[in-house]
Amino acid sequence: MKVPIKLTVNGRSHESEVEARTLLVHYLRDDLGLTGTKIGCDTSQCGACVVRMNGSTVKSCTCLAVQADGAEVTTIEGLAQDGNLHPVQEAFWDNHGLQCGYCTAGMIMTVAELLERNPNPSAEEVRAGLEGNICRCTGYHNIVKAALAAAEAISSGAGGG
Amino acid sequence: MYTPDFHYHKAGSVAEAIEMLGHHEDSRLLAGGHSLLPLMRLRLARPATLIDIGGLDELRGIRVHEGHIHIGALTTHGEIARSHDVQHANPLVAEVAGGIGDPQVRNRGTIGGNLAHADPASDWGTIITVMDGSVEVQGPSGSRTIAIGDFFQGAFATAVADDEIVTGIRVPTLVRQGHGHGHDHGHGHDHGAESINGEVGEYAKMSHPASFYPVIGGAVVINAEGGRCVSARVAVGGLVPTPRRAPSVEAALAGQELTAGNLEAAANQLANDLGDEIIGDIFASADYRRAIAPVEVKHAMLHAIGLAHH
Repeated sequence: MKVPIKLTVNGRSHESEVEARTLLVHYLRDDLGLTGTKIGCDTSQCGACVVRMNGSTVKSCTCLAVQADGAEVTTIEGLAQDGNLHPVQEAFWDNHGLQCGYCTAGMIMTVAELLERNPNPSAEEVRAGLEGNICRCTGYHNIVKAALAAAEAISSGAGGG
Repeated sequence: MYTPDFHYHKAGSVAEAIEMLGHHEDSRLLAGGHSLLPLMRLRLARPATLIDIGGLDELRGIRVHEGHIHIGALTTHGEIARSHDVQHANPLVAEVAGGIGDPQVRNRGTIGGNLAHADPASDWGTIITVMDGSVEVQGPSGSRTIAIGDFFQGAFATAVADDEIVTGIRVPTLVRQGHGHGHDHGHGHDHGAESINGEVGEYAKMSHPASFYPVIGGAVVINAEGGRCVSARVAVGGLVPTPRRAPSVEAALAGQELTAGNLEAAANQLANDLGDEIIGDIFASADYRRAIAPVEVKHAMLHAIGLAHH
């Protein structure tokens, strides 16, 4: 069954017809070509597919595209503004908050939301906030470091984000 | 992994959703989808029609009344966890909400969807059971309220009829005395048992390490006065096909001085309340669950009255 949907992705509006069973992650990757969002476990555990929908992070492998009808979606491709990386992206770069990079898009989306809700988290709070994101390389040390560095950059205004 | 194909309808109102349920055989309601979509992808559920109620704002929100909180069915776990009203009126409920799944699950999963799914180990099943709450449903002939003790009919089965929809949950507030409203958070983390006057509640669970879904959960609400238990409510999840109160444990606690020894002795009465139907799976056998459940209940009790070593 085809269903018409209308949504905004990274500031651009899209009108599409999708099979009702199309998952949001497939719509973003296959229909819109936004392949920065990854599919990892496909069972809503690993967080590689995290995007933001109306401001909240969601696992786009456990959300139908039709459920995003009318929503504003932001993917990793939409974080940078005017050619400037988002402060969380910048911090992951500076602190090498990745190894193979597969989990990175999801990690960054989750940290961005985490810092909006808790601008000055402890390392423990960062780790708790990343419960839903798994790094198969187990490179958590620098991921947590990057998140804390991003918090500092944002609160000191250096990030401009 | 895609789900099987299905017909999709978006409901514009609760009334329309109820009408659609009546018109489409083999239809299921879609709220946050965090129970249903995983099941469909594994082909453990193959409804012909999904009726999307995710946009019904009338089912969203938290209202505090005298003696109870009303939580709209579509309110997410995250909204409940962050609600200052809930944190104040029933800190146990707020704390449990904040420990469900992970941040993304809490952003999408709803309390009504979780209860309607009726997983035997669900956090909300155990907590609403220990709080003696109730579930409001609406159908073609109007609304009714189902006491939580009558709500669960078996594993993944509830008293909600095929043409009814869960609209809200009523949860009693925790009754506090002595400290005055607004100061004591009810957890008792920082108190000795003697300083607790009123109800304190706590939940302890063993979760699956990847999904964070509870395997076994124990919840307690202890009404204490001067270091003694006046009365208690105890519930467990993940042991038998539905969440269950533990009357033997409750009786063993009533009137007792709140010492670690008395709490442990009471928790060990749990076997009397379980019967033979204990569930088991590849992750946790029935024997294992039987052995761990009293430990979770004991941990919940110790945390509730502030005797736990963190």
